[in-house]
Amino acid sequence: MRGLWILAGVTLREAARRKILWTALLAAVLLLAIFAVALRFQVAEFEGRPMSPFVRYQVESGMLMVGLYTCDLLAVVMTILTSIDTLAGEISSGTIHAIATKPIARWQILTGKFLGFAAMVTVYVAITFWSTVAVAFAVTGVLPEHPFHGMLLIVAECIVALSVTILLGTRFSTLTCGVLALGLQGVAFMGGWLEQVSGFSQSTEIVTLGILSSLIMPTESLWRRAAYEMQTPLAGSLSFSPFANVSIPSVTAVVYAGGYFVFILGVAIVLLNRRDL
Amino acid sequence: MFGSRVAVSDLSLTVNRGEIFGFLGPNGAGKSTSIKMLLGLVRPTGGHAEVLGLPAGDVDARRQIGFLPEDFRFYDWLTAAELLHLHGRLCGMSADRLRTRVPEVLELVGIVQHADRRLRGFSKGMLQRLGLGQALIHEPQIVFLDEPTSGLDPMGRRMVRDVIRAQRDRGATVFLNSHLLSEVEITCDRVAFIKDGEVIADRDLRTSSPEGFHVTAQVGKLSPAVLSQLAGLVRAPRYEGEQLTFGVSSQDVLPEIVRLIVASGADVYRVTPEPLALEDLFVRLVGEDRGL
Repeated sequence: MRGLWILAGVTLREAARRKILWTALLAAVLLLAIFAVALRFQVAEFEGRPMSPFVRYQVESGMLMVGLYTCDLLAVVMTILTSIDTLAGEISSGTIHAIATKPIARWQILTGKFLGFAAMVTVYVAITFWSTVAVAFAVTGVLPEHPFHGMLLIVAECIVALSVTILLGTRFSTLTCGVLALGLQGVAFMGGWLEQVSGFSQSTEIVTLGILSSLIMPTESLWRRAAYEMQTPLAGSLSFSPFANVSIPSVTAVVYAGGYFVFILGVAIVLLNRRDL
Repeated sequence: MFGSRVAVSDLSLTVNRGEIFGFLGPNGAGKSTSIKMLLGLVRPTGGHAEVLGLPAGDVDARRQIGFLPEDFRFYDWLTAAELLHLHGRLCGMSADRLRTRVPEVLELVGIVQHADRRLRGFSKGMLQRLGLGQALIHEPQIVFLDEPTSGLDPMGRRMVRDVIRAQRDRGATVFLNSHLLSEVEITCDRVAFIKDGEVIADRDLRTSSPEGFHVTAQVGKLSPAVLSQLAGLVRAPRYEGEQLTFGVSSQDVLPEIVRLIVASGADVYRVTPEPLALEDLFVRLVGEDRGL
């Protein structure tokens, strides 16, 4: 087991050196600035006219969700792009030869890498999530309903995306992995929208298709659960959006995502064990 | 098997403990793949391999194995000392032991002055030295070196030679995969030639050249009749100008051959037997390069 922790440590250091991580953090700072200015304009506009505190709260809370959704998207993309190369790249360059011939089982190499990236992603999400919440609170005084649940679900979403990326890395080249991982994320995104069609369409086929997409890649459903947790029920029911709770993923969907992650990581270990390096 | 292509085939090989073993063969013969099978990087679809009495690729066997991959590379943000430390830890060494061992190894491979430099600025030769260092950090019982001298200057090649001999002196086995035959010739105890996945010859270089000698003689007035008579006694006799060349397995037959030539009325001015170089042997065994 010692090898696993050593590799997790070196992977975390490796991950922290990826330019893409720092670019994503920079993008987050930029988005946060835009977000703060937009909130500021909104608050100024509200102050200029009579308004029910209730409506005002709903609008500001909705804007907070926009900020958090941006933060979520950025985190998932960052997760995929930073980890895309870790197995695929090291296999193709032969860097892995010097590691895989050490007295460490391959599952430890894979799990170590996974844990290193998972730690990096958790820290990244924590920073961007709480910064967004803090900015919104400072400007509007609005807080999300269950921020801890929300943050944990976003971290879980990133970790599911990470496990898929690592699985792809055991078989495909870096570029193919990137295309497939982002493509699957697209499937998840589509699934989320299709499921919401149930709010105003009688077509059960569309909803089934949406659920199927969410089963193939359950990342977006974790976000939608996070959105549900963080909003007041009324705010969530207001619109057709990535944070609308027209069709809320159930606790079962969250449990499914957990099982999905374990399964994907298990398959990744089997595939890495079986392949020639 | 790679797709439908057979990689390596009926290879059969035994390496004794404590010897420096050279693994020779043309490009694409299956040398690197064979090493990878012994290390557990590649799984054979058939057959059996053992390293130190354990199945090839076994984690416990790997504890006693050091490996320098062909074209060694690693995270370029690590310093040389950090890289050795990391590999030592992966081999199960304590941080305490590594405090003394890392500088020792840096000294051994001649990059102690670059201990705190990042790999990013390293030349191919320096990386190769560092790769050798990580293979030796835990003083393994077997060291696999895949083209250890590629990218190295003459000083580096000498260092590798000295390091290899030092490994034998401490009782370790060295499995050397190289295409630099002159290197192999002066370092190895034993060599095996591999071609198309088959071991086609196995030679002990410690005993005198078992392949015999290449003889060059200056002979005047050699008749074709004598030349054809020679064909029955020596290998590949040729006579051009006044130069006669042929191969013999032992110098003991030379006096008889000279007597035969002299008796035919030819004049013998000079006879020079030379031990066959590994390169000649290689070309003879593997065949001339017909292109790949």
